[in-house]
Amino acid sequence: MGKLDGKTAVVTGASRGIGRAIALQLASEGANVVVNFSGSEQKAQQVVEEINSLGAKAIAVQANVADNESVQSLMNAAIEQFGSIDILVNNAGITRDNLIMRMKEEEWDDVINTNLKGVFLCTKAVTRQMMKQRSGRIINITSIVGVMGNAGQANYVAAKAGVIGLTKTTARELASRNILVNAIAPGFITTEMTDALPEEVKSSMLSQIPLGSLGEPEHIAKAVVFLASEDSNYMTGQTLHIDGGMHM
Amino acid sequence: MATVLERVTKVVVDRLGVDESEVKLEASFREDLGADSLDVVELVMELEDEFDMEISDEDAEKIATVGDAISYIEGKVS
Repeated sequence: MGKLDGKTAVVTGASRGIGRAIALQLASEGANVVVNFSGSEQKAQQVVEEINSLGAKAIAVQANVADNESVQSLMNAAIEQFGSIDILVNNAGITRDNLIMRMKEEEWDDVINTNLKGVFLCTKAVTRQMMKQRSGRIINITSIVGVMGNAGQANYVAAKAGVIGLTKTTARELASRNILVNAIAPGFITTEMTDALPEEVKSSMLSQIPLGSLGEPEHIAKAVVFLASEDSNYMTGQTLHIDGGMHM
Repeated sequence: MATVLERVTKVVVDRLGVDESEVKLEASFREDLGADSLDVVELVMELEDEFDMEISDEDAEKIATVGDAISYIEGKVS
């Protein structure tokens, strides 16, 4: 028996990277999973198939988290298919890195819209259902750079820092309805997003990690299971740093 | 068939745990019936379900008393 048997989880940006690992880990604990994707339908379908092979249920649903109507239809699809939403993992994120001096307004807006506004829209959309259920878990994937700052990522860092504040406020507003809201701040995790960084950036980041290696998506996914399960019943408004000790 | 007043009263009593006698037309949810802001949001959600209607956020903000809720619903239903 898993820790999440019978629960339904919506994971945004679940076709790749950390989101994919989260979707699979939640399913391995028995949760039904709504695999949200924005562009990569084929990869999302592969995640669904892998979940099915674990003996759990899943559907893939296309939605742009920065668009309110799209978010509504994502949550409606989840409720139609599985009848509840017990866990929301706000994971979808993009990068448009540039120095502030060179950053275009559009690059700023795109990242803020997906990485920060998207969390707000998805949170708002599940709140009604979770309030009725008198229970729910919202887990926001932020980033350690949202705490530390990072040259070349003003838009991404501002959004991720915003998510930490949003996590605390959502936690306070919904605590009386037994909806627990926490965040996870991953450090340097091996994904397509970090593979794209130049070698010298990677080696300089590695030198800042006391545990001496990059993290794996599974490290994050296991913490999501903890925050989604009864093991974390007395925790809300917190940000877990899973970064090999990079920031203390 | 229960009247709008009776149905609203039942929702308010169930949600806020107040006595039926306290649910008067002029009673304010927040001032008189002990609701906090989240309770009011939930109350509106339950009225939406009870009367099978959608109440926009703008309209919901104007509903402060039992009478406000009833006249809003009667205005929509008829």
